[in-house]
Amino acid sequence: MTTSLSRRRFLGSSAAAAGTLVVGFHIPFAGAAMAPGAASGATPAPEVNAWVVVQPDDTVVIRIARSEMGQGSLTGLAQLVAEELHCNWAKVTTEFPTPGQNLARNRIWGSFSTGGSRGIRESQDYVRKGGATARMMLVQAAADAWKVPAAECVAAESVITHPPSGRKTTYGKVAAAAAKLTPPAEVKLKDPKDWKLAGKRLARLDTVDKVTGKQIYGLDLKLPGLVNAAIKDCPVFGGKIKSVDAAAVMKRRGVKKVVRVGDSAVAVVADTWWRAKTALDVLPIEWDYGPNVKESSAAFAQVLKAGLDANDAVVGNSSGDARAAIAAAPRKVEAVYSYPHQNHATMETMNATARWTPERCEVWTPTQNGEAALAAAAEAADLPLAKCEVYKLLLGGGFGRRGAVHDWVRQAVAIAREMPGTPVKLIWSREEDMLHGRYHPVTQCKLTAGLDAQGSITGLHMRISGQSILAGVFPQNIKDGKDPVVFQGLNPPGPEASIGYTFPALLIDHAMRNPTVPPGFWRGVNLNQNAIYLECFIDEVAHATGQDPLALRRKLMASSPKHLAVLNAVAERVGWDKPPAKGIYRGLAQTMGFGSYVAACAEVSVADDGTLKMHRIVAATDPGHAVNPQQIEAQVEGSFVYGLSAALYGECTVKDGRIEQDNFTTYQVLRMDEMPAVETIVMPSGGFWGGVGEPTIAVAAPAVLNAIFAATGKRIRDLPLKNHSLKKA
Amino acid sequence: MPSLNVNGKVRSYDAEPETPLLWVLREQLGLTGTKYGCGVALCGACTVHIDGVPTRTCVRPVSTVKVTEKIVTIEGLSANGSHPVQRAWAALDVPQCGFCQTGMIMAAAALLKAKPNPTDADINAAMTNICRCGTYNRVRAAIHAAAKGGSVKSAGLAIQHADGSTT
Repeated sequence: MTTSLSRRRFLGSSAAAAGTLVVGFHIPFAGAAMAPGAASGATPAPEVNAWVVVQPDDTVVIRIARSEMGQGSLTGLAQLVAEELHCNWAKVTTEFPTPGQNLARNRIWGSFSTGGSRGIRESQDYVRKGGATARMMLVQAAADAWKVPAAECVAAESVITHPPSGRKTTYGKVAAAAAKLTPPAEVKLKDPKDWKLAGKRLARLDTVDKVTGKQIYGLDLKLPGLVNAAIKDCPVFGGKIKSVDAAAVMKRRGVKKVVRVGDSAVAVVADTWWRAKTALDVLPIEWDYGPNVKESSAAFAQVLKAGLDANDAVVGNSSGDARAAIAAAPRKVEAVYSYPHQNHATMETMNATARWTPERCEVWTPTQNGEAALAAAAEAADLPLAKCEVYKLLLGGGFGRRGAVHDWVRQAVAIAREMPGTPVKLIWSREEDMLHGRYHPVTQCKLTAGLDAQGSITGLHMRISGQSILAGVFPQNIKDGKDPVVFQGLNPPGPEASIGYTFPALLIDHAMRNPTVPPGFWRGVNLNQNAIYLECFIDEVAHATGQDPLALRRKLMASSPKHLAVLNAVAERVGWDKPPAKGIYRGLAQTMGFGSYVAACAEVSVADDGTLKMHRIVAATDPGHAVNPQQIEAQVEGSFVYGLSAALYGECTVKDGRIEQDNFTTYQVLRMDEMPAVETIVMPSGGFWGGVGEPTIAVAAPAVLNAIFAATGKRIRDLPLKNHSLKKA
Repeated sequence: MPSLNVNGKVRSYDAEPETPLLWVLREQLGLTGTKYGCGVALCGACTVHIDGVPTRTCVRPVSTVKVTEKIVTIEGLSANGSHPVQRAWAALDVPQCGFCQTGMIMAAAALLKAKPNPTDADINAAMTNICRCGTYNRVRAAIHAAAKGGSVKSAGLAIQHADGSTT
């Protein structure tokens, strides 16, 4: 196996060698940024099409437009291209086209956006066509050389054969000729049941460098003449700098410059980051904390609470007259839940390297959306897009933080503008990263169910009060006061984020209340809290009416067969019809979002002293099509870590206008000793394409919370769990 | 100039004595496989071996490390990723984003040297590194696979590798 541990296998972050790239698109990666010898000696090869380059030695370079942040879609997308290309998988490498190249070629690679679990589902069609088109051109080139009909030729494993004559050639030998052909107008894609590479449990293409330390993340980039910057933005949201005594640190060793960044931040530039950071630590800064200095989470919770009964709510989903049904019901169940702000806390803090001159601006950064990073860079550089370029590096975690807003890129460019021609690497400290996140929105939810004499739900009203991500990130997408993303998982029947339950009458509405804390898309987005609210409340109704939580769900989900199928799969695997072992208690949850159907059953125990142990979670996912089941399993397991970290520990609270949690000391996350065993059922039912990076997060917390209720009788309605005692009364 | 013994070589550096070893490794010696995660020794991304002891270098002043002490970083753990822990990691596709993984591997390698066949409790005690992608269960499986008498097949992941092998 050691022989496979060569960096030849993966060239992603180094964009391969300039020689293998499209003529006219030289990538000015400075030598140090590239692995020495990566693809060295490779003869320049033209691309067969935008997605495929074949080198004379039959190495296939597959272009990947979407970012790789751990979710594995770099490998999955390569599988989809290779499936249609009929190439030798052992000789597949990948590279990232740059955002600048994409713009220059009329966005030939489509969107670079890597969020919302869209990486594969939204590009699968055109990347497969890219592979199929390249295969047809390679076969045509061989057929032309042999003067035989292409239809008589067969391609497999990068080898083209002409069975009637026994002739044989390889992709590498005909790639140059293929590149000159006109692409076929029509391509037919394989039926997924005939897949040989896609759908298989293939190893990732990007593992080797990650276990040897050779993988270059943004933090690790080296460029000649590089200087380093540390930054401090006003800790109070909306505050500004009053004064900075730069002279106090200019004599410190290595310090080159003190730069004001906008009106709220200051950076120190030094030869090393450590010297920049330590100088910044002692830099005298006077702040004007501004109007938000008295803000607190506690005060904002009161605003949210008032929103639960306010009259200004916008309807997201409605059928029948739920208010009337509830008013007329002989019995009601009502509960109020809440969900706090969270920080993404990527392991690699925000960072970017920028080099600016009046003629050109280049940025090297881990980003979930290279094109958005390019737009941010150009704006900050005050240069046209065509004079800017962004080189994507693999991300040390993204989770939504590195997608929509590129605040750190703007900062890096602003600093670099003060030092024309010098590459400046800006690295946020963990503390800066914690205090200046784009936080999971804060909401509360009041659920009211009307019950008839038999205990059946006659109407359900779900009032969400709280923060809108779109209002903070893409306000232009708010229409008539409505942020549709707020209703994730609660939408009417349809292909995206639909509610799986049918009620005689239903009203789901939202009273928008936005605090000064900037919101962001946080892995799982609004599905996270909506699934907690609904799935825990359904559990409450089940217990209030003496029904089995699974039986009640089945009754309400009769019209949602896909939702029901994953739930049933989980129930069957966990053995719901038989009692768990003594001391073990179960909780269920299900939801639908990012195009996929998911369910989970958690098995927990709670000791008399309140210690929670999560023993096992059984999870099921129906993503329509499963491109790499072993990576889907990895995403499902990881989703439980992310979701349970939030459920157990995660909250960012505001006091005196600033976030209180500034490191993992106060923002704890799940560690290995708490991690339950996870059994994942991947059950693609075909006919649609769903994402897998996020949906499971949403069922993590409610499954565990419902199991905790079963174990203790305690209904936890506001997170995180660390604020509650599970001790036996 | 002061010196450190890193990956079998004595190398001089130029840094203030209180500079954390992490930043000397990364910025002075160019060994960027050791990562900055939290700066307060909580996440373990900066783990290296000092005389075989797993050490979080983000809080360890460089001046407290003597040149007689042997530092091993991820770059020095093996020449080509051939250390049993690295092999198990690759066989089971443990990394997701990968940023925390070098620290994880260094912690796991030290654990296996001290306890060639660790129990789950041993793993829990030694592996307190933070991973936000959530690789914990594969980390555990890989440690068991790399342990004395372990095998990658026991993880049951059935991952198909490009060389035709299945782990």
